[in-house]
Amino acid sequence: MNDLMSVVDWSRAQFALTAIVHWLFVPLTIGLSLIVALMETIWYRTRDEKWLRITKLWMKFFGINFACGVATGIILEFEFGTNWSNYSWFVGDIFGAPLAIEGIFAFFLESTFIAVMFFGWKKVSRGFHLASTWLTALGVVLSALWILVANAWMQYPAGMKFDPAQMRNVMDSFSDVALSSMAINKFFHTVLSGWVLGAVFVIGVSCYLLLKKKNREVAVCSVRVAGWVGLAGILLTMWTGDGSAVEVSRVQPMKLAAMEGLYRGECGQGLVGFGILNPDKKPGDDRNAMIWDIEIPYGLSILAKHDPEAFVPGIDDLIDGVELTAGGDTIHTVSYAERIEAGRRAQAALADYETARKAGDKAAMEDASRRIDADYRYFGYGYLDSPQEAVPPVALTFYAFRIMVIAGGYLLLFMVLALFIVYKKQNWLEKKFILLGGLATIAVVWICSEAGWIVAEVGRQPWVIQDLMPARAAVSAINSGSVQFTFWIFVAVFTMLLAAEISIMVHEIKKESGNNILNK
Amino acid sequence: MNTFSTYISKLPSVILRFYLDGFRSMTVGRKLWIIILIKLAVIFLVLRLFLFPDILQRDYDSDEARADAVRNSLINR
Repeated sequence: MNDLMSVVDWSRAQFALTAIVHWLFVPLTIGLSLIVALMETIWYRTRDEKWLRITKLWMKFFGINFACGVATGIILEFEFGTNWSNYSWFVGDIFGAPLAIEGIFAFFLESTFIAVMFFGWKKVSRGFHLASTWLTALGVVLSALWILVANAWMQYPAGMKFDPAQMRNVMDSFSDVALSSMAINKFFHTVLSGWVLGAVFVIGVSCYLLLKKKNREVAVCSVRVAGWVGLAGILLTMWTGDGSAVEVSRVQPMKLAAMEGLYRGECGQGLVGFGILNPDKKPGDDRNAMIWDIEIPYGLSILAKHDPEAFVPGIDDLIDGVELTAGGDTIHTVSYAERIEAGRRAQAALADYETARKAGDKAAMEDASRRIDADYRYFGYGYLDSPQEAVPPVALTFYAFRIMVIAGGYLLLFMVLALFIVYKKQNWLEKKFILLGGLATIAVVWICSEAGWIVAEVGRQPWVIQDLMPARAAVSAINSGSVQFTFWIFVAVFTMLLAAEISIMVHEIKKESGNNILNK
Repeated sequence: MNTFSTYISKLPSVILRFYLDGFRSMTVGRKLWIIILIKLAVIFLVLRLFLFPDILQRDYDSDEARADAVRNSLINR
């Protein structure tokens, strides 16, 4: 058991490390591809050479990021096959379709047209080049779409049926998988946040150009385009974030409770604006969840249910299986103890299926199959020793959520201020602290983006597939030492990769800031 | 028709030249290509071959055997 938990922990750490590093590159690719396409469109329409220079400048940074980030996502797929073999078999069909579409269609679209985008200047017509740039941006977004569809299915499994003979979930409705409310919301929330990240990168680097005082016009033009992309991006990200909260409250209420550090909910539940969690608080005890907090009255009920009087369950309510009506009456839902019983029944039925299969007893197999179906929605709970094991790490989820929201609020102000300055107060561009602030915001947007993923992924623990498979059932029967070994290899490789990207990026930014870009 | 078939027959060399000229004219290209090639070599020749085998593909010969292995693992875990 100890080695199993060690394999689980190291495999989780390795997956988290890989995903976090992968996600450093992806949103910048998403955001910069759109901004570059918009800049090239301006050049195409105005024929102004200035915009060609500006397009090529940001295209260079797009290329550096693309080159450093390419194929980091493949490592995640390797980890599925080695560390998470039970999981990868269990989901095979469902994951296979979106990832195959991503590999065949989106990646080839992206990689074909990116060559035209970089090598096609003066070799193809301006219109064809512009189309290639837009198709690259589209390919980037389509790649993200299929990966996010697969991720959304893990958070909200839909459109499938479990087949005990194949020991897999078999897709029975592609549209339910691809167009689930979770998938659509996750896609827009994630891609739009990439717009914000790309915009902040452009504005931040433009601030550096302004600090060096040689490329004011390039910087101002760049901030104008990026500012509008960033403003649209952050407003739409907030809007889809609201949709995400409603979705999470519907299909992952435990995650929402962890995001809020909420143990006992009530009708008209307030939202913790900021607070400090009591580290000694455990599910089911009488301690206060917060040491200190600022609460927004009715905030969580409005956020989660769009109804100020709605009941929002806390961790203990969910474990106990109770909800309250607006009138204060108690409604009994399925408690986590009952879910664990149901999960164990489903697993016992699976064992019976296996016995019947070996004996060639088809009637018994059908009976076992029916019993699996009856309790399948709680299949994963059968692996839990206690209801408390279904509670995600509250502190990490709670603080990551607040970092994301507070940083998101700051980014909205940042975009408004950036546009205000470049349109109305350009003399402020002489102020060093403003430019340094713009540069420093590059770090803020990445922290915000990674915090969002931490909320999404840590908040759904212990599940790798919501309610169906916890991490401890998903891992392979391998030695934890081998996972530790590869974890440290990844630490070394990713550190070198990031150092390479940052040093090339910084070198190129410094080089460009020393030139007069428009006179090259 | 002849013009079309001539165009088709020349297409591979046109594409090859397009890529070669493109690579030659890249300004930051060499560093990036070194990074990409090292990374792909590490990913596919080291990680994939030696450290990250697909365990079910490696240890079992058929899908049925893989399904059995996962079923037993999930029943007994």
